[in-house]
Amino acid sequence: MYAFEYVRANSVRGAVSALAKHEDGKILAGGHTLLPTMKQRLASPSALVDLGAIKDLAGIEQRGRSLIIGAMTTHAAVAASDVVKASIPSLAEMAHMIGDPAVRNRGTIGGSIANNDPAADYPAACLALNATIVTNQRKIPASDFFKGLYETALEPGEIIVRVAFKPPSRAAYMKFRNPASRFALVGVFVAKKGSDIRVAVTGAGNQGVFRWRAAEEALAKRFNPKSLDGLKADAGMMNADIHASPDYRAHLVAVMTQRAVAKALGK
Amino acid sequence: MASVSMTINGKAVRANVEPRTLLVEFLREHQRLTGTHVGCDTSQCGACTIHMDGKGVKSCTVLALQCEGAQITTIEGLANGEELHPMQAAFRENHGLQCGYCTPGMIMAAIDIVKRKGHDLDEHVIREELEGNICRCTGYHNIVKSIAAGAKAMRGHAGLQQAAE
Repeated sequence: MYAFEYVRANSVRGAVSALAKHEDGKILAGGHTLLPTMKQRLASPSALVDLGAIKDLAGIEQRGRSLIIGAMTTHAAVAASDVVKASIPSLAEMAHMIGDPAVRNRGTIGGSIANNDPAADYPAACLALNATIVTNQRKIPASDFFKGLYETALEPGEIIVRVAFKPPSRAAYMKFRNPASRFALVGVFVAKKGSDIRVAVTGAGNQGVFRWRAAEEALAKRFNPKSLDGLKADAGMMNADIHASPDYRAHLVAVMTQRAVAKALGK
Repeated sequence: MASVSMTINGKAVRANVEPRTLLVEFLREHQRLTGTHVGCDTSQCGACTIHMDGKGVKSCTVLALQCEGAQITTIEGLANGEELHPMQAAFRENHGLQCGYCTPGMIMAAIDIVKRKGHDLDEHVIREELEGNICRCTGYHNIVKSIAAGAKAMRGHAGLQQAAE
């Protein structure tokens, strides 16, 4: 790891001004992607601005119809939260599938979303659940937030403070793990809220998380796994690496979507 | 250099460190607490697992500076003098180790599992929860047995456990 300056921010405002002072500064949330990336010297920020001491960035609450999760809330906290389980159980289940117990004790929702790793789980949940990502400057709908591999709508100096979810009527997440890394080779989050059906796919796309519109249209006719029979995802959109070919990923997308719909229906 | 204060195994520690100092490096090199091991250095193997504010954490993926004000417990902080922590004793009695390299992380992870999942742990739960701890001797059978026994033995040792935190 290259040397850097460390700033412990005590407020979001303080973090913003610290970032402004360091041209190549980066926000440190749970650090479970950033620090490994820095160890590999794939990133060498001049400064890290740690949000860990800003207590009001972590927390979970049901506010009216919205489930609000603070940016610094850990995956373990989301997975174990009775509030999340009551409001959006599929979200708690998804958080429980991230990494391992020690990783979940440090990794955060804000960090995961801001990083937008093409195999991360949270971007799929945010997209399928039509979440609102609230920053220190504005509210960004998930559909405008994820912009490609590791790219988001965040501007320099913009910090995620919380994420707001509207509970769906039915939802489920199914993940086909890479057997070694345990990251999603393909992960599919399906959510139904009235007539609005969203199918968000992570791990598979060569441009990161995406909505599988053809499946959404098929499910709009009838929300049932059978509606997807014979439907194929476009292999041209899929990522190719040593772990899986585009064709295999496209096949898995269809299988995992059917399984997610079945799970959402309690089958 | 930047200053950091934390409590390690009940003892207040204050030090100046380079910002890039990892917690595991701080524990091993600066505090000479070499019971915490570095296996993979990529947060996969769990040999460096310690407790930070009572929760299992991989100390290779935490900066020492992130631990300002934190309560840190390492494998050295578990025993009560000569008396082993029940989880340590269970690993000894059930021969839950071969080369021993992963053992400190296994024991710290095991205590974290008991805190979250209680004292009656079946094999399936233990194996699921050990996802982030790798034994390269592949001695999982006895590790799982040790954790099941240790979890039961920890009943009534809550006081000791809290003292260790």
